[in-house]
Amino acid sequence: MKTILFIIQKEFRQIFRNKGMLPIIFVLPLVQLLILSNAASFEIKNIKFSYIDNDHSVASRELISKFQASSYFKIIDSYSSKKEADFQMETGKVNVILEIPNHFERDLIKENDANLSVSINAIDGAAAGVENVYISQIITGFNQKVQTQLYQYNKDNYVQPINIVMIPSFWYNNTLNYKTFMVPGILVLLVTMLTLFLSSMNIVREKEMGTLEQINVTPIRKYQFVIGKLFPFWVLGLVILTVGLTIARVVFSVPILGSVALIYFFTSIYLLVILGIGLIISNNSDTQQQAMFISWFFAVLFILMSGLFTPIESMPIWAQNITLLNPIRYFVEIIRMVMLKGATFSDISEPFFMIVFYAIALNGIAVWTYKKVN
Amino acid sequence: MTKEKIIEVHNLTKRFGGFTAVNNISFDVFEGEIFGFLGANGAGKTTAMKMLIGISNPTSGEALVAGFDVKTKTEMVKRSIGYMSQKFSMYDDLTIKENITFFGGIYGLSRIQIKEKTKKLVIELGLEDVIDKLVGSLPLGWKQKLSFSVALLHEPKIVFLDEPTGGVDPITRRQFWEMIYAEANKGTTIFVTTHYMDEAEYCDRVSIMVEGVIEALDTPNNLKTKYNVASMNDVFLKLARNVE
Repeated sequence: MKTILFIIQKEFRQIFRNKGMLPIIFVLPLVQLLILSNAASFEIKNIKFSYIDNDHSVASRELISKFQASSYFKIIDSYSSKKEADFQMETGKVNVILEIPNHFERDLIKENDANLSVSINAIDGAAAGVENVYISQIITGFNQKVQTQLYQYNKDNYVQPINIVMIPSFWYNNTLNYKTFMVPGILVLLVTMLTLFLSSMNIVREKEMGTLEQINVTPIRKYQFVIGKLFPFWVLGLVILTVGLTIARVVFSVPILGSVALIYFFTSIYLLVILGIGLIISNNSDTQQQAMFISWFFAVLFILMSGLFTPIESMPIWAQNITLLNPIRYFVEIIRMVMLKGATFSDISEPFFMIVFYAIALNGIAVWTYKKVN
Repeated sequence: MTKEKIIEVHNLTKRFGGFTAVNNISFDVFEGEIFGFLGANGAGKTTAMKMLIGISNPTSGEALVAGFDVKTKTEMVKRSIGYMSQKFSMYDDLTIKENITFFGGIYGLSRIQIKEKTKKLVIELGLEDVIDKLVGSLPLGWKQKLSFSVALLHEPKIVFLDEPTGGVDPITRRQFWEMIYAEANKGTTIFVTTHYMDEAEYCDRVSIMVEGVIEALDTPNNLKTKYNVASMNDVFLKLARNVE
């Protein structure tokens, strides 16, 4: 125990002495949290909208004014022919073309039935889908009897209009604020990346400097060395979490419905998993460069498959199965559940025990692969 | 001099794949002597030493260091020895005091013991004024003396020095050897590798390793008589040349 304290003391001294690393450890993550939380949004706004009004009637102008009033659409221009509008779509100037046919108003009034044509740039299929919904809602709001023919620009998907009035109620995030959704996830990312990189570089650094050999000739025990090495980063991870949660609450007003103690309890075990991975990487690398590259590889894989940016439910089944191996997935899931839904321990017990299992398994491997003797 | 064996090596061998770095060497080192372990670059000195200090597993053969088997009682061996590697291996980003505290601590000294030892050590080395300076900022000669002293903190029975004077000036080398003598007089066994043949003359006994085997082992005087030359330098050249 005493030996471990000496190692911890030494590690903290080295961390706080490194003037180049301190800002990277404490300032960069916060800047990232502030920037990413505002930038990484799936909200689709400022849709580049154009229209062709062949009718020039009161009804057609009224419909267009509905689009003008919406904050989601930005009216780029109006065109006199479909050909001209199509050309602008090709150049990328507009993403949506609404064509109002001749006699739109007359048909609407007399026959109680009119057709509209909408073309959407569907290179980003997900965005096109969202735009489709927005447009449909506006047109439905304008007149439920207007039949819309939606042609997606790249395909000939024909979408039948549905005349059902929907009153959505959004649970857990009723203002559909993306920051509420993203901030907890990005916080997970920061805590993970920082502790993974720092721990994976740490022991390799001693290998490079030759001090590890000196340590290996001392009677120090493997577990003492590993605990002494990892404890400081475990503390750092919890510090980052604290600062991040404070920012989430104060700056982004993200609700914390569940127990903060539960978040800390889970994080403290989750960090063991990440530190274990870092240590395994460290043990199997000879240079800091190598450790950095391997860490990056895992970090990117873990982040993209964590459900942070893309929902796990929409991944193919095989990919969903792979995410079961991903510790970040569990952390993202749990922190969102606890913060936004107010989940209790019994709600998160399944992912929690997965993490406990990983912590034990990975640290076992880490201690086992750390070799004092060649 | 007492003739108590403190290191016993029997048929020690280390192979890396098809390459035999250390080939079946056997020798003894006696308590309190300064044992010079010589050899050209790549002769297998460092590999042999690494097996003795318990950071490299022998392929075959056995070695007892301070009475403990290096294969099975590795931790006990490590308690009994000090080690100073040819690469300076203290923490450049810690001060002299912090380095001493850390290494003392992991050898199990108490905070009070460390405090006393630190005080004594810096006075002996004349480092009182720079005790709170980062080790990285010290000249190489001072660093070497410091790491020698740190290797002795826990009062080991044997201290292994791997080319301790590489790259330092002649005056510092002399001072360094004075420190070695002083320590040997206290009864500590010194196991030292070097490339400087004048240093070999200071040793009680030397062994010369050539291509993984020990070609000669005796006192410097006996070796010079045996090979009928004036200096250890010539002994070394003669042995190394015979091989080629």
